Amino acid sequence: MAVSPLSAFRSAARNQTARFLVRRLGRLAASMLGLLTISFAMIHVIPGDPVRAALGPQASASLVEQRRAELGLDKPILEQYLDYVTGIFTGDLGTSLVSNLPVSQIIADRLPNSAQLAGIAFVVIMGLAVPLGMLAAVLTRDGRGRTTELVFQGTTGVLAVVPGFVLGVALVYLFAVELGWFPVAGQTGPESYVLPVAALCIGSIAALARIVRAETLDVLGEDYMRTARGKRLPARLEYLRHALPNMLTSTVTIGGLLLSGLVGGTVLVEIVFAWPGLGVTAVSSVTQQDFALAQAIMVVLGAAVLVANLAVDLILGFLDPRSTIREQ
Amino acid sequence: MATTKDGLVSALRTPTGAISTLMVAALIVLAVVAPYIWADEAARVDIPGLLEGSSSDHPLGTDNLGRDLFARLLVATRLSLTLAVLAVAVGACVGVPLGALPTVLGRRGGRAIASFIDFSLAFPSILLVIFLGVVLGVGAHAAVLAIGLSAAPSFARLTQTLAASVASSDYVAAAKVLGVPRWRILARHVLPNVAEPIILNVTLAVGFALLAMSGLSFIGLGVQAPSYDWGRLLNEALGRIYVHPETALGPAAAVVIAGLAFNSLGEALAAAASTRPAAVPRRLLREQKTPHPASVSSAVGADAAPGPALVVEDLTVSFPSRFGVITPVRGISFALSKGELLGVVGESASGKSLTALALAQLVPYPGRVSATRLEIDGHDLRTMPTTARKRLLGTSLAMVFQDPGTSLNPALRVGRQIAEVGEVHGGLGRRAAMRQAVERLRGVRMSSPARRARQYPHELSGGMRQRAMIAMGLMAEPKVVVADEPTSALDVTVQQQILQLLRKVRDDTGASAILISHDIAVVAQFCDRVLVMYAGRIVEDVEAGALHTGPAHPYTRALLASIPDMSTDRTQPLATIAGRPPDASAIPDGCAFAPRCDFATDRCREDRPDLAAVDSTWQRVACWYPRTGPVAAQNTPELVGQ
Repeated sequence: MAVSPLSAFRSAARNQTARFLVRRLGRLAASMLGLLTISFAMIHVIPGDPVRAALGPQASASLVEQRRAELGLDKPILEQYLDYVTGIFTGDLGTSLVSNLPVSQIIADRLPNSAQLAGIAFVVIMGLAVPLGMLAAVLTRDGRGRTTELVFQGTTGVLAVVPGFVLGVALVYLFAVELGWFPVAGQTGPESYVLPVAALCIGSIAALARIVRAETLDVLGEDYMRTARGKRLPARLEYLRHALPNMLTSTVTIGGLLLSGLVGGTVLVEIVFAWPGLGVTAVSSVTQQDFALAQAIMVVLGAAVLVANLAVDLILGFLDPRSTIREQ
Repeated sequence: MATTKDGLVSALRTPTGAISTLMVAALIVLAVVAPYIWADEAARVDIPGLLEGSSSDHPLGTDNLGRDLFARLLVATRLSLTLAVLAVAVGACVGVPLGALPTVLGRRGGRAIASFIDFSLAFPSILLVIFLGVVLGVGAHAAVLAIGLSAAPSFARLTQTLAASVASSDYVAAAKVLGVPRWRILARHVLPNVAEPIILNVTLAVGFALLAMSGLSFIGLGVQAPSYDWGRLLNEALGRIYVHPETALGPAAAVVIAGLAFNSLGEALAAAASTRPAAVPRRLLREQKTPHPASVSSAVGADAAPGPALVVEDLTVSFPSRFGVITPVRGISFALSKGELLGVVGESASGKSLTALALAQLVPYPGRVSATRLEIDGHDLRTMPTTARKRLLGTSLAMVFQDPGTSLNPALRVGRQIAEVGEVHGGLGRRAAMRQAVERLRGVRMSSPARRARQYPHELSGGMRQRAMIAMGLMAEPKVVVADEPTSALDVTVQQQILQLLRKVRDDTGASAILISHDIAVVAQFCDRVLVMYAGRIVEDVEAGALHTGPAHPYTRALLASIPDMSTDRTQPLATIAGRPPDASAIPDGCAFAPRCDFATDRCREDRPDLAAVDSTWQRVACWYPRTGPVAAQNTPELVGQ
């Protein structure tokens, strides 16, 4: 059978893509398993009796025993593990020890609110930080605009350090208490999103814009940008067509890190604004030792981060034809 | 640790470094002394005065037991800082050994650790907080452990990267060959070398840990009453924000200031540790490749059509610098006839590349270009309106750069990059422009041009990329093609093809070409006329054919004499020109070549010769004592050999 070199090359390329996909999905599966195992192990490494800890010292011994049986804690550990894993894949996340509600129901109530907040914040961050950083780079390229550079670096340097919960408190005071433009807390309508999203975004925008500026400055110093300038293209084409694609790889990578950072940030900001999301639930599950709920929240948040990382890797793999990420 | 100390000292000299160092020092002093001074006041319960706002007695008000919040804020410095430092200690103690492990373990074990680090880097710290909060119970200990452990992967990654680069160095390889045990290599060679960046990272990590710890205390998963840190104080103030917002101000400011102090100190240290790139653009400083031998053949003179394609008068390029204004190009004048092939030759830093960039108006900021005349095809660039000038430069002038590997945009398809010139300046549609781009690729003898147009630059060979660059320049039918070292980055076998292609372009389109090269042999072979540049000036303007019969400037002659040919005596070292070209910031008053010239007199050193005609021919030379006759073979007394 004669195979032309070209078609052999094409099928090799297809195989490479397939291998890349399989490897990535395999890694996702392994990470998920690790996550499940760690979250399962949590209740078994609690010193003392977790059920007793959750129900409190006043609960009767029979109630504790009954709960233990309900939770399957009297079964052999391997069986418990299998039950746990199959439970998660069938949507059965157990029962809250405190409220006695199905955990899956609590999560289904809460998760969408958190996801909305984080999702909007992510879009706002990427949508503002990338153009801001590029603009700053263009204005300060080759050592132009020293004052602009100073102002930009100073402002973003400070804002990047202000944590979301502190910023949240400041925003509540200024825009909700003093000016009364936005609600102080809660999820009441579109306007109630403004302050939480701002609290979640501003620090990340500043941090990301700094990185984007540095990346853009590197790209603008490249020979191919001189070629583009030599063609006398309109600024729009010069920066958007020639510079932007060369920064996408690093921007997407940082975007992925940002997404997992947002998970933690959302929890804090939700507390400030009493947002009916997973954050408040996560904190109460810990303070009340409601380990079934805490376990499920760990799995859900961890899985979200893993999927986000996978998405970033896939985007990178297909975005940059030379990307070495495919080989890893 | 000397290097860290040096880094700290030089970091201190910058304003940011000095301020952040002072702030960190102040925080540490406060953490030590505050509890001794204000502990009593912070604990004094005053029931009648509870939940007061700001007053002269209590600048930040009082809490629900009437305790002074300002005193509590100051006292809380110690706990806030201590917890952050503890968390970082945990992170470093777990992370650094973990990251060093791959160096000690074999390949397989190392890889397992590396993927474990990858795995844990991806997880947000809040998961650990939940895990440890449930397992250990809510409290500062669980929070410190959680923050520390979530900082560990980044310490591990840093150590791993640093250790890997040290481990692959020659001296570690030598130690391995000598049979030094791995743990000993780690202790002796690896750890001392990675210490500085890790200490720097610790500073940054303390800032992050401080913010994270405050966050956890704020949401009730960190420090528990009756202890208090800034996060707890902020938490208590949040409920009162309607009535006494000033109570929140103190802890919020404390958290931000402390975070900022550690962060800026870390960044100042990092900036001091990394040597900053020079202000002068990289490509101006880039070393030229060493000239390679090439044979000299007689130049093929082409009949040039009358009328100049390019007129340059008194072209000067200068850069402001720390040492005053430097002027790498100093008053260059020449005219280029239509269809002429002009060579510009000179050593590195002779100003030839900057001359090319100045013609294309691409001199990087903050360079300044001036000229009394600068005309392309009869249009004066200096007086034209901006849009017309851009159009003229985008269409009439084509630039071909030295390294086609970096001059083509790696993210765009080759055809796209060529076609866009036609779209922007030629008013062509996307498809028509692409068709023309493929035609141009065919014109530069690119094999299967339609397929190449769809490929990315990295899929082409070096020669093909340079052909693509030339095709790009031809898209708009240029009057002048400026090729700056177009073959220096290419294979010797490809060089001739590219030069022939440039000549073909001239023959086909009637465009003039300027070939800039350090290689006088290439220029002599390829061009009709040659400009020899030295220290920013033209020292000789000579017909290529006359290079063999009578170059007049001693520099030109020395350049020609340094070309080895088949008859060169291989037992002798190759001829060179002794000395170095002068620095652009310190060009002597007289003839710049005088210090290296065998014929120089006091007149040469004091009085600079202008470019003037030799014996009423159109050959011009800037020399008081022009030479005559053919250049002698190598290693003769005329040359300054070694």
